[in-house]
Amino acid sequence: MDNLATLLSFGPEGWADEIAYGTFITVSLALATLPLGLLIGFFLALGKISNERAIQISADIYITIFRGLPELLTLFIVYFGIPIALNLVVHDLLGFDVVDVNSFLAGMMALGVVFSAYASEVFTSAFKGIDQGQYEGGHALGISNFNTMRLIILPQLIRLALPGLSNLWLILLKETALVSAIGLTDILRSSGIAARVSKELFLFFGIAFLIYLILSIISSLGIVAIERWSKRGEGVR
Amino acid sequence: MSNPDLPLTPAIDTLRPPPPARRWSKARILGVVLLSFWIAAGLSMIYYLFSAFTWAFYDRYAMKFVNGIWVTFQIVGISLVLGALLSIPVALGRLSKNKLIGAMAFGYSYLMRGTPLLAQTYLVYYGLGSFHQELQSIGLWWFFREAFNCVILIFTLNTAAYQAEILRGAIENVSKHQTEAGDALGLSKMVIFWKIILPQALITALRPYGNEIILMIKGSAIASLVTVFDLMGETRRAYSRSFDFQTYVWAAIMYLSVVETLRRLWNRFEAYLTRHLERDSD
Repeated sequence: MDNLATLLSFGPEGWADEIAYGTFITVSLALATLPLGLLIGFFLALGKISNERAIQISADIYITIFRGLPELLTLFIVYFGIPIALNLVVHDLLGFDVVDVNSFLAGMMALGVVFSAYASEVFTSAFKGIDQGQYEGGHALGISNFNTMRLIILPQLIRLALPGLSNLWLILLKETALVSAIGLTDILRSSGIAARVSKELFLFFGIAFLIYLILSIISSLGIVAIERWSKRGEGVR
Repeated sequence: MSNPDLPLTPAIDTLRPPPPARRWSKARILGVVLLSFWIAAGLSMIYYLFSAFTWAFYDRYAMKFVNGIWVTFQIVGISLVLGALLSIPVALGRLSKNKLIGAMAFGYSYLMRGTPLLAQTYLVYYGLGSFHQELQSIGLWWFFREAFNCVILIFTLNTAAYQAEILRGAIENVSKHQTEAGDALGLSKMVIFWKIILPQALITALRPYGNEIILMIKGSAIASLVTVFDLMGETRRAYSRSFDFQTYVWAAIMYLSVVETLRRLWNRFEAYLTRHLERDSD
């Protein structure tokens, strides 16, 4: 029992500080990926509802690729592929090699593009839920296209997209575990190191499992609160 | 409605105005730029593969890739079927009026859906694997020794939770009157469930089931992180030996073709099964 308390303490003998840092990395990676994915996903959805055939096809190609590839493969392609692609350019221009790409950044990009492909589907169906009259109303009042989008469409769109997006957030939080495979010390990697060094494999992988579970529960509670907030204008029906 | 005193509007004899000319609007320019980007990207990928390809590479790795795909199919197929069987009791538990059974089924489903598949896989393969003396004494070590078995076990448990939620949602979607009508006809509960509720529920569940199959194919790449040589595992092994980036490109092409083919086939299948629900559009 003493042994257990030492293993789980903060300090040089214990692993709690390492795992806490891993949790911090996981949460910051998910939080950093979210706006990136939302932004790309929103523009993809704009592309999908556009009248221009070429834009639609371009958005479809992007979505098909990143929805169809395993996340792990996307991650490896970004992580190993970007330095190679960069070196092709940098080597000739500057004469030195980029050694490797930061694994946090690679994780953010890979998870971000995957998130955006799924988010675009959510946004596209949310766009379909908004009446054409809303655009026409904005036009009739002489509001510019940009402001119609910002002030009239977007507030309604967010409410329609919220359930789908909260689902995607929970998926994103779980997918961050994959970055442990490219060496980022997130929850899974830090507890994996602890597990191998201390030989308490079940204990530490169990702890990682529980931390993810707790993060999911916290997210679910947060999502309920946000959804209630988003519906505050609807009143009781 | 029409007033006979008023003269009818004379038929307009003019032609329909011609459609507005397709001008080079900003959107159109953007579309062409984006599409040319994709075409350029596609062409440079083909060029890259052509220039990087050697027959030595083919001889060395082609069969391994094929074996890898076969392992991926095995993992996905076995887990999906076992998971589907396991999902029925879980879904029924979720629907049960008994609070304890309901809570247990919900707990199971939440545990599996609230944590990453990778963390679950590590917990089973490394975590349970560390108890090999205990497992040996109860005669289960032969099972947990193989990473493939552990992967099948955890993928089954994982997909069972997701499939149970799909099934539960679909069953709840079937109108209550269907059960009542069955009761009124004096059918037994089993007959009502298997012959009336489930067939209707499965129709609504088709699409999410298709998504689950695709998610499993993609998720199965995780098996490569616990020494299983599925398509991803073979890719990683080939890359670590050759440092040739084309291995990843080939893997991407293979995964994409499998997933896209399956998605299209599933759409056809769904259209075929729901053809009696289609209304003639005229």
